[in-house]
Amino acid sequence: MNMPMYVPPEQLVKDRAEFAMKGIGRGRPIAAIQYDNGVLLFGENPSATLHKIGEIYDRIAFAAVGRFNEFESLRVAGVRYADVKGYNYGRTDVTARGLANGYAQTLGQIFIHEVKPYEVAVVIVEVGDSADEDVMYRVQFDGTLIDIQSFTALGGSEEALVEALTESYQAGATLADAISRTAAAIVTVEESAVAPERWEAAVLDRTLGRRRFRRLDTQEIVAAIGE
Amino acid sequence: MTHDRQMASNALPVLGSHLDTSFLSLLNEHGMTPSWALSGNPDVSTVPEATTILAVRYAGGVVMAGDRRATAGNVIAHTKLKKVYQADKFSAVAISGTAGMAVEMVKLFQTELEHYEKIEGMRLSLEGKANYLARMVRGNLTLAFQGLVIVPLFCGYDEHDETGRLFTFDVVGGRYEEDDYAATGSGGTEARSFLKSVYQTGASEETAMKWAVEALVAAAEEDAATGGPDVRRGIFPTVAVVDSGGFREIDDDALGPLASEILENRP
Repeated sequence: MNMPMYVPPEQLVKDRAEFAMKGIGRGRPIAAIQYDNGVLLFGENPSATLHKIGEIYDRIAFAAVGRFNEFESLRVAGVRYADVKGYNYGRTDVTARGLANGYAQTLGQIFIHEVKPYEVAVVIVEVGDSADEDVMYRVQFDGTLIDIQSFTALGGSEEALVEALTESYQAGATLADAISRTAAAIVTVEESAVAPERWEAAVLDRTLGRRRFRRLDTQEIVAAIGE
Repeated sequence: MTHDRQMASNALPVLGSHLDTSFLSLLNEHGMTPSWALSGNPDVSTVPEATTILAVRYAGGVVMAGDRRATAGNVIAHTKLKKVYQADKFSAVAISGTAGMAVEMVKLFQTELEHYEKIEGMRLSLEGKANYLARMVRGNLTLAFQGLVIVPLFCGYDEHDETGRLFTFDVVGGRYEEDDYAATGSGGTEARSFLKSVYQTGASEETAMKWAVEALVAAAEEDAATGGPDVRRGIFPTVAVVDSGGFREIDDDALGPLASEILENRP
């Protein structure tokens, strides 16, 4: 009987993490950032139809970087989970916490058990009735779940972007202000200008009714950056 | 799928049948589809029934309205039942027939439309929504012949054709597009003949709304199962408008004076 070659767990995890991080780092970054009336999800996306940002449920949105087919299947799984849960129980029973936990389990399992780990990083945002009820989670490729405050960045030169956002972030900024600050931070960190139609943006707006997710079109983004 | 079996119980399965965008088949997969079954021929006359609903097309869209009464045999079961619902941003659905089942059907229909929209990144066409509702009605065929009937009305603003459209259904899931107006439920005949006597194409939203409320008043005068506006208790019909701006429900502050005016001027 052939014995599989022994690989120490430290080595296995390290190799897989390096592989996943390399894939994620290649992607264009996405930021999630609080503004006065909700949370802005903003980033660069060369495609106008293959979105990195999506609606999950009434108050919950999803944004991801990495391989499209992988995070798209996560997004769809999230929508399916949320709709089934909300239909069987109540709409307020669908929470970002439950969803983020599900993603953490899924990504954790895939990281260890599949042939290759998913090359994705995901952020789950839930908007509350006031700013201090807003919730944000980050789920890493290996299933690590991180609770975040105010803002975060995924993909590209992630750490540099978080640093730039730390400098430019202002609590209670208007949407237009948040957009222009975030865009400026991304442009500075990535060291390249971004054509207006390559921005992808959406908000969870607490002033909207039941469904609080809204995509912004290029015109609105350009107007905000221009201000 | 071995992959799914490996997953911890609260992990989200990512390798399911992702090409199927239907929420109903998702519920089926989980064995959670709402279902009712009767054996033999039990007496269903004590199950609450939703009564009169109608829709009127006007220049910019469609007005949909329903009275608030539910009856169980000769008993008034509810006086504030809501029969007109938002289906999605550009459509509305109203229900007549077995109230409990119909309300559940609406909830399923709403979830289905939203689910599709989120997964696909775009809304179903108005035609597609009407067809889907017809399929849901058809699924209830056996119970319909045992006395638990659901007959909805569906209307919406067609984003593609830029016009209001309305659809009626029969118990077997037949789907019919109507040009001007439609009414169903126990007071439907009366409401329809009222609408026939006043209807003119190209009416304003205001006029269409007035016709809709007056048709319900007319139905309530002839049909015991239809509840007219109750000004003293502040119970007014549910009235909704779907136009190029989407769905909106008319609130009681606007309906109160309209209902009072109509009641005063009735012959």
